[in-house]
Amino acid sequence: MTASTLTRDPAAPAVHRPGRRVRRRRENVAGYVFLSPWLLGLLGITAIPMLISLYLSFTDYSPLISLGDASWVGLDNYRRMFTADQSYWHAVTVTITFALVAVPLKLAAALGVALLLNRTMRGISVFRGLFYLPSLLGGSVALAIVWVSMFNREGAFNSFLALFGIEGLPWVNDPDWALYTLILLAVWQFGAPMVIFLAGLKQVPVELYEAASVDGASAWRKFVHITLPMLSPVIFFNLVLETINGFQGFTSAFVLSNGTGGPVDSTLMYTLNLYIKGFVELDMGYASAMAWVFLLVIGAITVLLFSTGRFWVHYSDNEER
Amino acid sequence: MSSAADRAAPPARGPLLRLLALLIIVAVVLYPLIWMIGTSVKSPQEIVSNIGLIPEKFTPGNFAEGWTKFDVSFGRFFLNSALVSLLTVLGNTISCLLAAYALGRLRFRLRGVWFAVMIGTLLLPGHVLIIPQYILFRSLGWVGGDWPYLPLLVPAFLATEAFFVFLIVQFMRGIPRELDEAAVIDGASPYGIFRHVILPLSRPALVTTAIFSFIWTWNDFFRQLVFLSELKDYTAPVALTLFIDSTSESAVGPMFAMSLLSLIPVFLFFVAFQRLLVEGINTSGLKG
Repeated sequence: MTASTLTRDPAAPAVHRPGRRVRRRRENVAGYVFLSPWLLGLLGITAIPMLISLYLSFTDYSPLISLGDASWVGLDNYRRMFTADQSYWHAVTVTITFALVAVPLKLAAALGVALLLNRTMRGISVFRGLFYLPSLLGGSVALAIVWVSMFNREGAFNSFLALFGIEGLPWVNDPDWALYTLILLAVWQFGAPMVIFLAGLKQVPVELYEAASVDGASAWRKFVHITLPMLSPVIFFNLVLETINGFQGFTSAFVLSNGTGGPVDSTLMYTLNLYIKGFVELDMGYASAMAWVFLLVIGAITVLLFSTGRFWVHYSDNEER
Repeated sequence: MSSAADRAAPPARGPLLRLLALLIIVAVVLYPLIWMIGTSVKSPQEIVSNIGLIPEKFTPGNFAEGWTKFDVSFGRFFLNSALVSLLTVLGNTISCLLAAYALGRLRFRLRGVWFAVMIGTLLLPGHVLIIPQYILFRSLGWVGGDWPYLPLLVPAFLATEAFFVFLIVQFMRGIPRELDEAAVIDGASPYGIFRHVILPLSRPALVTTAIFSFIWTWNDFFRQLVFLSELKDYTAPVALTLFIDSTSESAVGPMFAMSLLSLIPVFLFFVAFQRLLVEGINTSGLKG
């Protein structure tokens, strides 16, 4: 037994400690003792619900009946989703539009402001804090209420436009524009990725810029050839995070449309659609199928981002990965 | 360091232009918030006629009106929010710390598997689980029952917020192993090491967990909307949506007043912990 312990753990320190096997067993038990709340949560709050959800996605189920009475409909929910349900595809389009427009704009704003702040100057922490504030208030209902009021026909935004003689629109009530006011809200909350960019910028070795200056590189060339590559791991991290967040946007769309996804379904985000199907129309089997497709798509997007990341994310060897 | 950074900056007229740009961005970022404060003390007529930041006439009545606008006072909604948020903080810090200690410091069978599962749940969107959780909690009599907050609190006490587990694990990796070894030589059990070595040293990670946990729960809407069914149990965010149902002109002032009040706890946290918050997202962000 001693021999097998030795072969299993050749790098063990030379200090002789009595009762190694006892210690190992104790650590085994202790591990599970400390892990038990999490394991219970994993089982009861995550794993079993996931299985139930998968089962429900093949049934016609409303919460008015018991689980056992859910009638099996096979792939009907999925078929309906992909072929018959107009609102489903509409919600998909809305969500993709939101993510495709809001995420790049938000990251660009975050990076731009981070570059502005990445200098030694007085009051930098005040600026950083103020820019971070909207992110912190984040997905709150209160903020969404204020935002929606700002983009009413009589709202502050239109009166701002009026200063320049531009006649405003009823932004939040206009199906062509309602989603863009939500995108603007998301971009306005650029503070969280900005703080992460700032931390990343601090890691870029100053020597690189100095060497480039000696070679006579312009500010733009330094940005493209030093800052962007050195920052690519952080850009990647923010991109993954914000994309996943973007797909899950719910609160502002709910507040803007009072839970309907209107006007004319223009703000029917995927999660809002899921909420309406599951908790308003009580069509929980169908909503479960929607949830599973959502999970698979988010997983696929994450995998896709990671696989493209290989081509443009540079990790320098002397830095932590 | 500072002189080196300056040399890297584009030369001349930089500082002044940069400051100007930053001030413009600050104005844009803060405008909606200041406008919100201004509007909350305007009279109904003024809300329509004066879209400026400063009210012509200070009208504090919106706060009293909003507070008592519904059958249940907003004081109750705020208390409900405070109860849910503080208990969630308690649950998250304790349960996530325990899980993180096991996953980050102890060697036990299948540890790698459980760690991978924990990372997997990090990416799991809450919307996928909400329907079966709702069915489960309702069948247990937890939805709209005598303890309406169980569906919100039980998951917190069972470390389901993988983000915090991960955050604390990452932090614990920075605590030197030699401390554990020394404690073992002194005869400490894994429990003793936890109590006397890891727990005191994990304070910064726990504070970060507590702050974010509070702010996110206070701001959370989706789960509270789904699980709270009776008016008296509503939390502040859910109660705020009642205003949207009744957006007549006269309701705007009270709506803004209550919206403003609901942001104050988060704002106070922000002022108190600004430095910690920024460090917190730095560590959680970069080491991810």
